[in-house]
Amino acid sequence: MIELGNVRFRWGSDAPLVLDIQKLNVNVGERVFLEGPSGSGKTTLLNILGGVALPEVGIVQVNGTDLTRLKSRARDAFRADHIGIIFQMFNLIPYLSPLENVKLACRFSRRRHALAASKSSNTEEEALRLLMRMQLNEAAIMHSPAFELSIGQQQRVAAARSLIGSPELIIADEPTSALDHDVRRVFIKLLFDEIADTGATLVFISHDPSLADQFDRRIKLTDINKVH
Amino acid sequence: MTSIGSIVSLSLRSLLNRRLTAALTVFGVAVSVMLILGVEKVRHDAKHSFTNTISGTDLIVGARSGSVQLLLYSVFRIGNATNNISWNSYRTIAGRKDVKWAIPISLGDSHKGFRVMGTSEGYFRHYRYGQKRMLRFEAGRPFDDVFDTVLGAEVAEELGYKLDQKIVIDHGLGKGRFSTHKDKPFRVTGILERTGTPVDRTVHVSLDGITAIHIDWKGGARVPGMAIDADATRKMDLTPRSITAFMVGLHSRLGAFRVLRDINEYRGEPLLAILPGVALQELWRLMSTAEAALRAVSILVVIGGLLGMLTMLLTSLNERRREMAILRGVGARPQHVGAMFVVEAISITGAGCGIGLLFFYVGMASLQPVIEYHLGLFMPIALPTFREWLILGMVMGAAATTGLIPASMAYRRSLADGMTVRN
Ligand SMILES: Nc1ncnc2c1ncn2[C@@H]1O[C@H](COP(=O)(O)OP(=O)(O)OP(=O)(O)O)[C@@H](O)[C@H]1O
Ligand SMILES: [Mg+2]
Repeated sequence: MIELGNVRFRWGSDAPLVLDIQKLNVNVGERVFLEGPSGSGKTTLLNILGGVALPEVGIVQVNGTDLTRLKSRARDAFRADHIGIIFQMFNLIPYLSPLENVKLACRFSRRRHALAASKSSNTEEEALRLLMRMQLNEAAIMHSPAFELSIGQQQRVAAARSLIGSPELIIADEPTSALDHDVRRVFIKLLFDEIADTGATLVFISHDPSLADQFDRRIKLTDINKVH
Repeated sequence: MTSIGSIVSLSLRSLLNRRLTAALTVFGVAVSVMLILGVEKVRHDAKHSFTNTISGTDLIVGARSGSVQLLLYSVFRIGNATNNISWNSYRTIAGRKDVKWAIPISLGDSHKGFRVMGTSEGYFRHYRYGQKRMLRFEAGRPFDDVFDTVLGAEVAEELGYKLDQKIVIDHGLGKGRFSTHKDKPFRVTGILERTGTPVDRTVHVSLDGITAIHIDWKGGARVPGMAIDADATRKMDLTPRSITAFMVGLHSRLGAFRVLRDINEYRGEPLLAILPGVALQELWRLMSTAEAALRAVSILVVIGGLLGMLTMLLTSLNERRREMAILRGVGARPQHVGAMFVVEAISITGAGCGIGLLFFYVGMASLQPVIEYHLGLFMPIALPTFREWLILGMVMGAAATTGLIPASMAYRRSLADGMTVRN
């Protein structure tokens, strides 16, 4: 699913090198735990995998497409179609309801819109189904603005958004760091359950090693990144 | 739904979320739009109504004063004549071979705030306004008897007068009820069609009528012990001794300058003849500075409104970094993120223009009678004209351009930040 080769990246032409990765492979359907200390470049790697940032050299193959060969427009479209992203916190657009936040992922991708609609009767139904799977079933929550939700609820909405329209790759950037320990495990379990159905690949970024045992594979960014 | 559709609906939702600041900004834009529409309307309508009031008159003659002043009081009923001219001078000039027609005008009295004008019956035949249009009667006919009167459309409408009604003329221009010519009432014999000129606000009587009501007056007061009733007056010689001014039509416009010179060098008394078009030009020149200043102020107010909007959008830029990162995360392009700000600018200004237009009409409806009464300026309330749409279009264009500033900043930030949100 992911193949990085000889990737070097810096944020500006005279900024320091952040990433220098010889090789990183992730197989289809694999659930990978990517850890590393703060500032080691985890979020930067997310930007590269999502096609938002381009490395100065190297190839970035995602789902068989080399992102470095795409124009920026095509990379944005690729991300919209094939990648679901969950951030650390404040994942939701505050003035939209949870339901609308979930559907947002279908707005920039015809493919995910179509897939979501084919899974349930329409995108709204599919969004509701996913929220349900994330154990968000109180009707009151669905339509009130997102900022009224607890952080744990917000993260589950974000997970539903990353899953809608069955993207092949889900990248979660420290999605549980704002949650307490028990809720973390539940969150990860819910995520796993849904991914098991779609067969999506998961890259889970975190610096909490205690979560690593639930994953298929554990990668330390400091091991593969020559910068640190 | 297309991405652009999503961006538009997201922008609107976002604005709704900040409805208080958004509403204040819209209000600011609305006030500035109302102002610029108002100023432009007054400017345009004033010019239009001045230009439209008189056409087909070659010369206007009055006592020597400023040409603009003569034009204003004789045609527009603004201000007063400092001096009258003698009937003899009028007769002499009216009798010239190159003069086709001459219409005497005698001003100075009023009726319930409307000016009364004594004139000859030739006025209804020769006076032209707009594109050489004749005065036409809505009802009745020109005056015939000494105590007949013809009302302008506005006078009849506002006071609810009908044909054959008797009206009493007030002495002088004040609204004082105490000195009226109530012993000699006038009968309405005609009501003119609306012209959109000061004619609408004029009460027309014959020159004889003017003489008649003043026959037992001297200066500003009734001569004590002298009371001549209407019927007795009719039998007297009512030839006026003086008039305020007169309008002249020539056989050939080519001769205008010669007649003009002759009148200005007239030996009997100091007279002034003007070409209406030239005097109007002079009036425009006098007004042009004020006009430019007014226009500049209203443009500045619009710029102020747009700056208010710019401030609001720039302020929101920082608060919305997270929002921009999320949008990027779901596949929005940096262009989409930038476009949100242009859409917001256009929506705010669009709403501002709409509400401003509403304010403008409300303002017009309430101020129109006052302006008409005090300035004699007729400002029709009509659907927005092409000029007004053009102004609104320009405001919208300026708004979209203004929106490009936060848009390009958001675009660049969105490129630089990617999906990292660094607070
Ligand atoms: N958008 C950006 N523009 C410029 N520099 C950036 C940007 N994002 C990250 N960096 C820099 O890149 C380096 C790696 O940051 P990154 O956010 O990838 O670390 P991280 O591993 O995600 O850390 P954390 O665990 O704290 O989230 C840091 O030095 C950071 O300052
Ligand atoms: Mg990070």
